[in-house]
Amino acid sequence: MHTPKPPARIPPAVDMDSQPYWTGGKDGQLLIHRCADCAYFVHPPVPFCPACEGRNVAPVPVSGRGRVATFTINHKQWVPGLPVPYVLALVELEEQADVRLVGNITHCDPAEVTFGMAVEVWFEQLDDLWVPLFRPVERL
Amino acid sequence: MTRYAEKDTAITGIGMSEVSRGATKSALALTVDACLEAIADAGLTRAEIDGIATWPGERADGSGFSAVGCAAVQDALRLKLGWYAGGGEAPGQYGAVFNAIGAIAAGLCRNVLIFRTMYEATARKTAFANALLKEGQRQAGPFAWYAPYYTYAAALQQALFFNLYVHKSGITLEQVAQIPINQRRNAGLNPKAVYRTPITLADYLAAPLIATPLRLFDCDVPCDGAVAIIVSRLDVARGLRNPPVRIEAIGSSMQYRNSWTQLDALDTQAQPKVAEMMWSRTDLKPADVDIAQLYDGFTFHTLNWLENFGFCERYGAKDFIEGGTRIALEGDLPVNTGGGALSAGRLHAYGAVHEACTQLWGRGGERQVKGGPQVCATSTAGGPLAGAMLLVRD
Ligand SMILES: [Zn+2]
Repeated sequence: MHTPKPPARIPPAVDMDSQPYWTGGKDGQLLIHRCADCAYFVHPPVPFCPACEGRNVAPVPVSGRGRVATFTINHKQWVPGLPVPYVLALVELEEQADVRLVGNITHCDPAEVTFGMAVEVWFEQLDDLWVPLFRPVERL
Repeated sequence: MTRYAEKDTAITGIGMSEVSRGATKSALALTVDACLEAIADAGLTRAEIDGIATWPGERADGSGFSAVGCAAVQDALRLKLGWYAGGGEAPGQYGAVFNAIGAIAAGLCRNVLIFRTMYEATARKTAFANALLKEGQRQAGPFAWYAPYYTYAAALQQALFFNLYVHKSGITLEQVAQIPINQRRNAGLNPKAVYRTPITLADYLAAPLIATPLRLFDCDVPCDGAVAIIVSRLDVARGLRNPPVRIEAIGSSMQYRNSWTQLDALDTQAQPKVAEMMWSRTDLKPADVDIAQLYDGFTFHTLNWLENFGFCERYGAKDFIEGGTRIALEGDLPVNTGGGALSAGRLHAYGAVHEACTQLWGRGGERQVKGGPQVCATSTAGGPLAGAMLLVRD
């Protein structure tokens, strides 16, 4: 029987502000905009700091670590070939919890994902973009 | 003292087309049916309609989400208007009503025709129409952040919020199930409801899991249908056919980050400040409310609104709906008395306004709440969108 090909990830439209976020993975870096004056992280990226009204805001590499703020295990096969189940999550960045990043949680059984779980970023290339994804932090 | 403009307006007529899982007529024809019914119900003529509004305006994207806009209705009915507006950046679906209140206060119009048309049932027969993602197309706008993560439908974002709510509140599946079970019972008494066969707890638990914790019966039912209401200046309303349903107070605020990812409180969504604003504009209290028509795009929204309106404590909805008696037609606070979007069809908050007026005018037939309800709390939307209205029979 013919098995449909898994669907490709859909790329986001990228602009001058979001381009660093979606391409930093080429160099293995998660880039988040930060205010040089007060160190507040501004996400989604915009060259204005709502904390101090500074305009000196630019992308900087961050740890790539965070915690699962919330997640869902998707079971419905929305399109043919979509491998299910998979986990969609919002991840709070370790440096600043109100920076929430979207991602799939990979490299583990969906049933193992928990609220507050420590995760770290990895990247998957998609055309000219590098999509941030998250996996459980290796326990030492 | 501030005179709030909504207090000088009232709903004076309502109309609803056939509602189905596959219409026998076009989206515009359904809209015309609803509009003509509402105009006649108010005791008005086409010539007396001088304003028109809708949310979110026409979207010619084939999804059926909003197949008809102001221009098409204005031309079909050859209306002569002092004011019109259709657009999506507003406090949820009731943004059209709030805009109309402002237009009436500004003296631009006196009788505003407000409509909402859904054609999603037909759209889905030909395409995967609810897709947030389109293959071969880069996703722009707020959903760009979700684009590469197989986020195919709004259900996934709502599941993210709902899952955190379940985690924090400790609500059980058995408790959540009371929302769809109650609404299906009400729908059984509503001849226009799309699904009228009762469901049980076993049905709820046996239904497909969409994305944890959302199951099939947690989701509203795409349909084809249109609703129209007439919002009139209060002095005009008092001379018309129906006892005015006054707009006692509204909540329209945007106090939280308006974001599908950075929303301040994921599990309460944008609703608390909106509800707070509504209560700040009236002397009435939650205890004065006779019935509630609460947004139910997903069951989670209804649970949230019960808490955010103050009908129960934060995370107290699970106890409030336990066993389903309090929210039933015979209960202390009948909720979604016509079956709501979960059973009567996804008319996207305008089914709720229609049902509110139906009940306040005592036209509910078999599902009429006893004792002549006078006050109804209504609400719309989830995620970063929210709007609230308190309606009072004059
Ligand atoms: Zn700053």
